[in-house]
Amino acid sequence: MATKKFLYVNRKAPHGSIYAQESLEVVLIAAAFEQDVSLAFVDDGVYQLLQNQDTGALGSKNFSPTYKALGDYDVSKIYVEQESLEMRGLGKDDLMPLVYEDEDDDWAEKDSIHVVSSSELADIIEQQDVILNF
Amino acid sequence: MNLSDWNDELANEMAKADGAVLEDNHWEVINFLRDYYEEYQIAPAVRVLTKAVGKKLGKDKGTSKYLYELFPYGPAKQACKYAGLPKPTGCV
Amino acid sequence: MSVLHIVNKSPYDRNSLDACLRLAQPDSAILLIEDGVYAAIPKASASERVQQALNNHQIYALQPDLQARGINPDNLIDGISLVDYDGFVKLTTDYDKSQSWL
Repeated sequence: MATKKFLYVNRKAPHGSIYAQESLEVVLIAAAFEQDVSLAFVDDGVYQLLQNQDTGALGSKNFSPTYKALGDYDVSKIYVEQESLEMRGLGKDDLMPLVYEDEDDDWAEKDSIHVVSSSELADIIEQQDVILNF
Repeated sequence: MNLSDWNDELANEMAKADGAVLEDNHWEVINFLRDYYEEYQIAPAVRVLTKAVGKKLGKDKGTSKYLYELFPYGPAKQACKYAGLPKPTGCV
Repeated sequence: MSVLHIVNKSPYDRNSLDACLRLAQPDSAILLIEDGVYAAIPKASASERVQQALNNHQIYALQPDLQARGINPDNLIDGISLVDYDGFVKLTTDYDKSQSWL
């Protein structure tokens, strides 16, 4: 099977609707097919990556720690739009650290999150074969 | 079923019903899965499990051959069942 | 007392907060819940509007919803008060009626 470039675009806040959790599940399932997967977090989607989310008091499942498993699933290209962060009073330090181990570099631990400008993200979108929206 | 209702005895009973006996090598993997779930809130897909077991428990154990010998019904599915976890994410 | 306005949508996804701020009488109160609590984060593009509103309104944010979203309750826009679920219930009884900006 030829490898295709898949981009998952996440634009919804994590707990107000089911989109974020569904997207994460689909990404993990699709990762089993060893495609070239990238994730983009735009608009309220950037809230999905905030640190220290704890849904204990809401009685709903806390799926926030699952983002940290993305590296194990070889999902290592995570793009966050700078403009979306700034508009919301956020910076990269507010996001949870996400890492992967680089097989081609003696399993060195590397940062998966790339904060990119709108125009950089526009280029990334152009390069994809398949784009899925959540 | 509530995840915290799980205990060793329950795992042994589930294995017995499948005609299996759980030994140290099985427990190593079951406990690994429980820890993984605790940390990431998912059970890992078999490919991820294999890689992670190799890293944590030693290279000789991080092979699908080793894991399939321990859990012939499929390491992710069968071991997750005994560990009292949902089916692995990415298990189709 | 007057009206308790409840906002449960992110100010960057819907215009619920803006509609509320436009139509809330002075001295009515505003309660941020669910995705509405994102409006409590400082230095954001909605912060100035919230700060202005604090001159005329008590503004509350529901603590469990902040915690679920990873928003530090010690670092909200100055003047916003925290409430827990009991406080939420008390607010709805303290005010004559509630208006939910869905």
